[in-house]
Amino acid sequence: MSTEVISQLEIDRTRGDFHYPEAHTFDAGIGLNHATIDYIADVKGEPDWIREFRHRALDVFLSKPMPTHWASQDLENIIFDKIRYYLSNAQRPTRSWDEVPEDVKRTFERLGIPEQERKFLAGVEAQFDSEAVYSNIKKALGDQGVIFVGSTEGLKEHPEIFRKWFGKVIPTGDNKFSALNSAVFSGGSFIYVPPGVKVKHPLQAYFRINAENFGQFERTLIIADEGSEVMYMEGCTAPKFETATLHSAVVELVALKGAKIQYVTVQNWSANVFNLVTKRAVAHEEAEVKWIDCNIGSRLTMKYPGVVLKGRKARGEVLSIALANNGQHQDTGAKMIHAADETTSNIISKSISIGKGRATYRGLVHIPKHLKGCKNNTECDALLINSSSRTDTYPAITVRGSGNSVQHEASVSQVSAEQIFYMQQRGLTEAQAMSLSVNGFVNDLVREFPMEYSVELKRLIDLEMEGSVG
Amino acid sequence: MSNALLENATPSQSTPVPAWFRDQQRAAAERYESLPAPSRQDESWRFANLQAFDVQDYAPARPIASETAADLAAQSIGIAGAEPKLVFANDQLLARPRPAQLPAGVVFAPLAEALQTHPELVQQYALREGATLGSRKFAALHQSSLRNGTFLYVPKGVQVEVPLQSFHWLAGAGQAIFPHTLLIAEEGSSVTLVDWFEAGDDSKALACGIHDLWVGKNANVRHVAVQEWSREVTSIHSNTTRVQSGGSVVHLGLHLGGKFSRTESASFLEGAGARSEMLALTIADGAQEFDQRTLQNHLAPGTASDLLYKNALYDTAKTIFAGLIRVAPEAHHTDAYQKVRNLVLSDLAEANSMPGLEILADQVRCTHGATTGEIHPEELFYMQARGIAKKDAFRLITFGFLNEVLSRFPCDAIREPLQNRLLERLRGH
Repeated sequence: MSTEVISQLEIDRTRGDFHYPEAHTFDAGIGLNHATIDYIADVKGEPDWIREFRHRALDVFLSKPMPTHWASQDLENIIFDKIRYYLSNAQRPTRSWDEVPEDVKRTFERLGIPEQERKFLAGVEAQFDSEAVYSNIKKALGDQGVIFVGSTEGLKEHPEIFRKWFGKVIPTGDNKFSALNSAVFSGGSFIYVPPGVKVKHPLQAYFRINAENFGQFERTLIIADEGSEVMYMEGCTAPKFETATLHSAVVELVALKGAKIQYVTVQNWSANVFNLVTKRAVAHEEAEVKWIDCNIGSRLTMKYPGVVLKGRKARGEVLSIALANNGQHQDTGAKMIHAADETTSNIISKSISIGKGRATYRGLVHIPKHLKGCKNNTECDALLINSSSRTDTYPAITVRGSGNSVQHEASVSQVSAEQIFYMQQRGLTEAQAMSLSVNGFVNDLVREFPMEYSVELKRLIDLEMEGSVG
Repeated sequence: MSNALLENATPSQSTPVPAWFRDQQRAAAERYESLPAPSRQDESWRFANLQAFDVQDYAPARPIASETAADLAAQSIGIAGAEPKLVFANDQLLARPRPAQLPAGVVFAPLAEALQTHPELVQQYALREGATLGSRKFAALHQSSLRNGTFLYVPKGVQVEVPLQSFHWLAGAGQAIFPHTLLIAEEGSSVTLVDWFEAGDDSKALACGIHDLWVGKNANVRHVAVQEWSREVTSIHSNTTRVQSGGSVVHLGLHLGGKFSRTESASFLEGAGARSEMLALTIADGAQEFDQRTLQNHLAPGTASDLLYKNALYDTAKTIFAGLIRVAPEAHHTDAYQKVRNLVLSDLAEANSMPGLEILADQVRCTHGATTGEIHPEELFYMQARGIAKKDAFRLITFGFLNEVLSRFPCDAIREPLQNRLLERLRGH
């Protein structure tokens, strides 16, 4: 790949750290109660069943305790009464960048989104605070019956598909934050791929938080019908504010018989964002779901993408890279729930802790009774850069019955002094050597990624490593 | 939980107990009352059967009948020739054969006696802090109800060649015992102790034990705990090992009996270059449940720990393994390893593994692994092709799997009797 292309693809920290003055037409105000829910449902013109769904979810959210008995105490620092839950200018995205309001368009142009769309994407959705401002797919795909719209639009235009699957993979009460999302969700993508359709190029969604004291609660639902294939990529940025910002998404994937879904995330939120996301897929017979999850930004990320392997020979995979720098805690991992014979799952997680950063792997592998021929492989590798860096691993593996095979391995190491010395002998600076070492550590995993993303990721890692030594 | 366990907790003792010890026991009783019972919210009780550890139906054990006592004393053989021995039944001293002469200064005595003869040592080392792995309430119960136990003190530089043994028998319905072992190995000393936890009958009973090992500078300690409770016994054993610089310890647990058994084993590597090896094997069959929690706590630079736990599961048995390697910020150049392997031999058995790491230092090498699987059909075929019946092949492969743990134990005289114990236990399968 030429350097020109690389520079076009980069989405680095500084590039996302800007914002324009706010001018929102719709604002649900500060704090959360049942009136907030009614405001959102009114503005969005939603049917009654969704309104009731939201109200019920709010009650669940309020009744659930914070999971601080196992999770980070930092969660206590989220002040739910000081957050704004809905901000937008309109509820319907445009199909053309020309119609997007000037300041919003400038934001996405600075992030290079329209350019990427022209270059290699099959469809793009851009979300600004609570709602999608732009969404479009290539005409040929639309003609094949592929649907790619925002969740607000999906709910309105395709209720017959939406309602059937919505909230089925991740029930409202799954955890406190899935309940919160269910109460105030807005934006996110709705994708349906008809039987046998193979979407060759990736569909991309771009999530942008522009406002301060704001919570973004996108809701994504992807259904790949029998034998279809789709790749979805999401990117996220926010400017760096003094106050905490909350991002709490729910992402549900359904891969029907023989379908393949790849879901790629490069999360580069600014260091004031609490990123508490629930992501889960159901894989039916012979279906394949692959989560590729890169967490580089945010203050605290808690995210454990999962796959429920519901049909025979279904396959689930999570490839995860986390980079935790000063002031960051990347609490990430994976869940694999085997629920049918001959299902296989693979989890590979690599984390790097720099400075005072903390990276945590949390995993769950579950194989119930009477299943045969299930296999799981889990590998977690952690790299520590400085003496104040921290890493933790907390897997939980339950196997009931014989006839299955599960293995878990984890290791923790550091960049060896010999390696750095060797490279410095050959004229590299210490920082360059460190960067090269770290890229080597994640390289075998990065190679599994779509090329556009591996390039972006390498660049991000280089940036993060700057100034980390010495 | 009711306090029935506490009300009768101070039966008449043949010898008076120092006031400070009694005061500590009273404080522990208060702690036991005030501490909450384990709940679903406790990570250190995740997957555990909480009902199983509701202990209100038990009362502190009464002495056993004298004819049974003679019988149990005669059965307390363990490792042939490994004497002196201490034999307790229901927390009372039964016998104390000591034909061999121990090196000068070595104290191997019932705890109640050591409280009279060496109160300063007991005060310095006994029950210094509560459990670290979730059983704080049970640690308090143990301390408040403690009546006797094994006390072993080895002075500076003394090598005890012959393995020492102590037996803890439990008999009678509704009885609760509180077995205790306090082992202190001073700088440069060396000693081996085998603790046997044995069932005198098949009654429903409770055991709540604590074993504290203090390993001094450059000292070398080997400790074995063989748990062979009856199938109606609920037990909680907490083992804490503290190792000073250059010290080395091997702790081996054989978990064979009981109905609900929880073992907590923690190693604190407190001095530079300290080393701890933690070994355990479990055979779980019928409806047995084994809950194993471990901690490898590296607190000083250049320390090493190596853990190997193996579980063989039959029938509807259930095992839990939750292990944590913790490396403190100053414990650079730590080398830690943790491995749990489950062999599942039934469609209804359940193996839970939670191997954990918390690393706060760099320049470390920490690895853990957890595997769960079955006997490979090719291994079975290989043996069957050589005329070994399928059932025997299963048993041989399972023995080989578990024996890897025993083969790591550095003392031949002890390994062989333990292997026999293992074969005996596998006989029915």
